[in-house]
Amino acid sequence: MARIVGIDLGTTNSLVAYMDQGTPRIISARGERAMVPSVVALTDNGLIVGDPAKEYLTRDPERTVYSVKRFMGKSLADVHDELAYFPYTLAEKGGVIRIKLGEKSYSPPQISAMILKELKIRAEAFLGESITKAVITVPAYFNDSQRQATKDAGMIAGLEVLRIINEPTAASLAYGLQEKTQGTIAVYDLGGGTFDISILKLKNGIFEVLATNGDTHLGGDDFDQLIADLFLGEIRTQYGLDLSAHPDHMQAVRLEAERAKIRLSEELKTAVNLDLPDGKGRFTRELTRDQLEQLCTALVERTLGPCRLALKDSELTPDNIDEVVLVGGATRMPLVRQRVHALFGKQPHCELNPDEVVALGAAVQADILSGGTTDMLLLDVTPLSLGIETMGGVMSSLIRRNTTIPASAKEMFTTYVDGQTGVDIHILQGERELAENNRSLARFRLKVPPLPAGVPRIEVTFLIDANGILNVMAKDMRTGETQSIEVKPSYGLSDQEVERMIEDSFKFAADDVSARKLIEARLDAGALITTTEKSLADGGHLIAAGEVEAIRTALSALTAAKDGNDSRAIRARMADLEQAAKGLTVAMLDDSLKQRLQGKKVSDVT
Amino acid sequence: MRLRRVFFSLNEQEHMNRRTTGTEDRRELQMARSMCWHCQSEMAGEYFCDRCVKVQPVSKDLDYFTCFGLPRRLAIDPQTLETKFYELSRAFHPDFYQNKSDAEQTISLDNSAMLNTAYRTLRDPIQRAEYLLDLEAGSVKEIRTTPPADLFEEILELQDTLDEFRASDRASDNASTLRTKLQADRATLEQRQQDMDAQLQQLFGRWDALQDRGEATEQARAERASILKSMRDLLSNRTYVKNIVNDLVATIA
Repeated sequence: MARIVGIDLGTTNSLVAYMDQGTPRIISARGERAMVPSVVALTDNGLIVGDPAKEYLTRDPERTVYSVKRFMGKSLADVHDELAYFPYTLAEKGGVIRIKLGEKSYSPPQISAMILKELKIRAEAFLGESITKAVITVPAYFNDSQRQATKDAGMIAGLEVLRIINEPTAASLAYGLQEKTQGTIAVYDLGGGTFDISILKLKNGIFEVLATNGDTHLGGDDFDQLIADLFLGEIRTQYGLDLSAHPDHMQAVRLEAERAKIRLSEELKTAVNLDLPDGKGRFTRELTRDQLEQLCTALVERTLGPCRLALKDSELTPDNIDEVVLVGGATRMPLVRQRVHALFGKQPHCELNPDEVVALGAAVQADILSGGTTDMLLLDVTPLSLGIETMGGVMSSLIRRNTTIPASAKEMFTTYVDGQTGVDIHILQGERELAENNRSLARFRLKVPPLPAGVPRIEVTFLIDANGILNVMAKDMRTGETQSIEVKPSYGLSDQEVERMIEDSFKFAADDVSARKLIEARLDAGALITTTEKSLADGGHLIAAGEVEAIRTALSALTAAKDGNDSRAIRARMADLEQAAKGLTVAMLDDSLKQRLQGKKVSDVT
Repeated sequence: MRLRRVFFSLNEQEHMNRRTTGTEDRRELQMARSMCWHCQSEMAGEYFCDRCVKVQPVSKDLDYFTCFGLPRRLAIDPQTLETKFYELSRAFHPDFYQNKSDAEQTISLDNSAMLNTAYRTLRDPIQRAEYLLDLEAGSVKEIRTTPPADLFEEILELQDTLDEFRASDRASDNASTLRTKLQADRATLEQRQQDMDAQLQQLFGRWDALQDRGEATEQARAERASILKSMRDLLSNRTYVKNIVNDLVATIA
């Protein structure tokens, strides 16, 4: 089997690794750093990636994309609050984020694909063979869309993504392999843009994930932003300068904030220097570790909630955790280490390079899948609950979060209304009680014969495979009628379909059933009005004047109802119109039949 | 059109089959007849064909206890269970079937999913007992809608207090009095839960002992039925009380 590489596609940096005779190794290009900054810039000579692109962050900030991972599988509305911070232009086309680079726009998976391509080229040059298959890591708490967007990025880069694995579990594979650890470990993974906590049991080569939790919008970037905001505020008061009009300076401030943060992991105070525009000279200040920690405490605290939840879900207390492993560049901050130490009551481990451990783990999983490693096995979980919508708009979970995958579940449902002829199977992902507060993954309809409420027996089966892909089957136990679908999140569909689906989801953004009904009724009413008007124009002469008048009256009644807010009134007027236009429809049918028969012999039609 | 969850055993159909044919006979029949899907040879192996070594689908009729090679007892050593789970995970997990045929990949997926469900069920003592009841008596999972008789008064009063508390101004003295009362009720109910757990443990022990003796007398049959009934009642009371406590905790939180 062809070699499979492991890739850590990070918010800030990305890496590729391979398995070299039982030991995972990071691939580095000749004379270059192994880490490829996840930055893509459009220059006059075309698109560039990595370290060279990073130079353009301040030189040409509007055409240099960084932290694209934050936008994977998201809509513009999802990231609305942070838009102001990004110097490059984000637009939306049919609900999908587009990043403008010069004349063209790119989706986040396309930008990520450029980074993946760079890693692919490096691996090919290093290994001297063509690389077409990869395992790519994602934050454990990524939802289905974000995972699918990552898969698509791989596909665009010419890589078959054999498996998407969770970053903290990948880290545990590398850690377990190297340290030969047994017991229960907690992996605390604070990266550039995301936070994950996973609790695992390691025993004789089995890596069993007990629970996972996290926050997909919390990472080193957020710390940098707080520090940058502090500097920007001071520059405003001291110099009367609003740097937001200067994207290059905004970037310089952000980068200086990041560097200061990094320096303060080693030092207790550091000097900050920033050149100002408009001949205003230089902004200088000293930043101490205390000041930094004061700024960042609230963010670090935010990571502890998910840690407690993960402990609770695994039915463990901090005492039961044998070792705590730190992953991600942001865990180099002393404050983070203190808080993690305090929560778990033990010194966290940081022997492995927190920047590399995820890619190394991905290489291990790649080797397992290619049949190379057979003594290790990862038993991962589904991070979010999956279920369907039931009576009252409530989510009924079939597979609870932190269930080991592959997983299957079956449950029996029945109808709620007498004579119901179909049931909507609406598939949801999330932890909230109400369907509308969870993510909608898909819906389909199962036909059932009309029976009194409560009589039909509908068996719904969920099956999640090792890749976390969900299959849903609904079966009417009485008739044997079966419907099933593979639930592909919106990103798994063709571009056109993705855009249409997202457009729809926007249309129904209120997620409010009555709002949705109203929208649907208006759409249907609009279609009926158009066709009826056309029929009147084509065939009005075929019916009596009184009938035409009746249709016109019904038409204007429906038009008026359509402008109102009552979906039931719209449906009622639609029925009226259909009734009024019945004669017209029949007359037109007769007429077209007559025309077709004209000039034909009787024998031709009988 | 919405759906309503139906609370009855998923295995209802299977139970009807079992009742007519008898579980044990049926399984033996199944085993005896089973042939390797791949090489068509009669199999002697448990999960893999002895001849061509291909993975075999786990029979739908195989109960979770048998799957783990355990007797149908309520006391299970967690270590033994875990060891067996890891062993079977290594045998079935799709990661090890990436280069195999589609048929084998499908079997590996189904087997793994079944194994994970079986492990999750047997690992938890309550779920294990509910599953055993389901197997032995074709239990319709009863969802109690009225309080258990011996708690009737207490629970009705508690519901009133809860309603009153919900309607009250949280900052008022009345609310704090009610809260204190609710805290006390919570302690009582939690004590009650512990008592029920202890009773359940006792029943589990009696069940296991009876099974170990393996007597086929009329008396043994009667005891068996009585234990199953007591277990069912206790389990449904336990669920009821647990829901009440959860509701209470959420309200005063």
